[in-house]
Amino acid sequence: MERIEARHGLFAATPVVVVLILSFVAPLIVIALFSIMPQKVFSVLNMPDFSAYKTLLSEAYYKSLLWSLWMAFVSTVILFLISWPLAFGMAKVFRRFTLIITIAVVMTLFVSENIRLFGWVLTLMKGGLIEGHLRALTGVGFDGLLYNVPVIIFGLVYVYFPFMLFPLAQGISMIPDDARQAATDLGASRWQVLMEIDIPLAAPGIVVGSLLSFVLAAGALAESKLLGGQTVIVIADEVETAFTYGQDWPLGSALSIVLISIIGGLAIYGVSRVNLDEIMGRKR
Amino acid sequence: MSTEPVLRLENITKKFGNFTALHGIDLDIPEGEFLTIVGPSGSGKTTLIRILVGMDEPTDGAIWLRGQRIERMPANKRPTCMVFQSLALFPHRTVGQNIEFPLKIRGVKLAERKARAMELLDLLHLPQDYYTKRITQCSGGERQRVALARALAFDPEILFFDEPLSALDYRLRKTLEKELKDLHHRTGKTFVYITHSLEEAMVMSDRIAIMKEGRFEQIDVADQIYARPVSNFVARFMGEVNLFEIEGAANNTLHGHGVEVHINGEAADLGIKLDQGKRGTLMVRPEFVQFMEVGATSDFVVHGIMREEYALGSRMQYDIEAADGSRLTVEKLREDRFLGQVGDKVVLGWDVEHAHLIEET
Repeated sequence: MERIEARHGLFAATPVVVVLILSFVAPLIVIALFSIMPQKVFSVLNMPDFSAYKTLLSEAYYKSLLWSLWMAFVSTVILFLISWPLAFGMAKVFRRFTLIITIAVVMTLFVSENIRLFGWVLTLMKGGLIEGHLRALTGVGFDGLLYNVPVIIFGLVYVYFPFMLFPLAQGISMIPDDARQAATDLGASRWQVLMEIDIPLAAPGIVVGSLLSFVLAAGALAESKLLGGQTVIVIADEVETAFTYGQDWPLGSALSIVLISIIGGLAIYGVSRVNLDEIMGRKR
Repeated sequence: MSTEPVLRLENITKKFGNFTALHGIDLDIPEGEFLTIVGPSGSGKTTLIRILVGMDEPTDGAIWLRGQRIERMPANKRPTCMVFQSLALFPHRTVGQNIEFPLKIRGVKLAERKARAMELLDLLHLPQDYYTKRITQCSGGERQRVALARALAFDPEILFFDEPLSALDYRLRKTLEKELKDLHHRTGKTFVYITHSLEEAMVMSDRIAIMKEGRFEQIDVADQIYARPVSNFVARFMGEVNLFEIEGAANNTLHGHGVEVHINGEAADLGIKLDQGKRGTLMVRPEFVQFMEVGATSDFVVHGIMREEYALGSRMQYDIEAADGSRLTVEKLREDRFLGQVGDKVVLGWDVEHAHLIEET
């Protein structure tokens, strides 16, 4: 019986496996191969010489990489802090109201990210919604709120909010109420319940939410371009430039491989620390 | 009472909207007592214990713990704690960490915590190497002991129990009931236990409080509740029972309703008395009903037919149909079993010292 089910499982997984091999693994292999090609070639049939990596190290690409990772880290921390209360409410307090919040948050995903960011540009720019009104009403204006690092982080937090909120709510819903009550009964303050019970038991949700937000934010491009202007160049921007304007596929590939390795390593480390079966609902 | 009670409840009332769950409960619990609150589901016992541990606030009334008013004090400030029905162990912590939790919360140092946890493992007959075991590796009975150890590590003034044994199988439950009673003796703590199982209450408690519809129906020692229940509800709740409606008749005699109850001698002589026209219920437990020999006599007599025989292990139980069609239950030790057959006519009798009158209020 179990063997038949196992075979059915493999069979059912086949379409996804095929799609993943074609759309995910194959391009990755191509990118990996291009990254070791000589500079500015457009074929993988050259003698590998790793020169793209030498260029990568000799020029200041590490700055873009660090900016991306740093902003992703800060936005993930902020996302965790602001999502926790709402996620807790959704999982434990709001009951039916949770559905309304869920729909409201999901609806934001129906509008393209770029359009939403342009909305913020119109709101925050000089002469935009905020500064324009202020100047019209008081006669005193300022330079607008765009083109700095905090506004990029704000954009990342804004765009990736659902990717933190929902896994977190799922994680928090796995905390047994009686464990919280027992901890309180045994003398724990609210803070101690949070540190000793809530956070450890919601860990799978925290890890999934943080990884999703961090990975997406580290590879994000639109926020820094639209809201940040030329304040900082993020690594995704460098990759795009290398492939398009720079016409240097091996360099773009090498940058991608470095980014993928760092993020992939982090993801594997994070996932290995928590029991994902629990949050995915698998019975043991 | 010579000493002040450790816990005193005054007029504890709880309303949920229009529904009143608790109707002004008054209760004194002396130091070191094992009190069990028994009631069917919906009787308000869970509401009461939630108020007692501080997980809920009463609508009205006062709780005094050694003279200090605590009914509005949050659970984490109260010097009491509870063993939950689900046990509520922390699944992400080891056995040792679970037991040490209340000490860690108070900032006790690790070495000291560990020493105390080891003592508690010993006290609850758990091997010391369980200290590093995961909760998920423990059996149901072991988890029970860990939950108890954790509660004892808190060193509560009063230890509350919310039906912690209800999920266990029969044999393990019996073992743990006795262990709990033993633990009560050894620790000298005040235990307040709630359950819907009367058997559990009888085995363990010093006193039993029977709860019904948000009120205490009777609070007494197990023997008294068993032999002298104040109401039909308590009589029925405390196991198998035969109840007969009776009425006070002229000359201080009693008149039986429903079943034919022959009363030999004057009612006044029997010490059971009902004013003329007043109704009551006569109770006799199944083990006190005798099968009468021909010509023998007894204070109360019922004629009937043997309908069924059930083996209950050490005892036999008989189902007897009385002349008017109502049913009686009789229990005998196996060695005293009824020697006739199903369908035989039988005469049942019992003496007044085994009968109890429940007066209608």
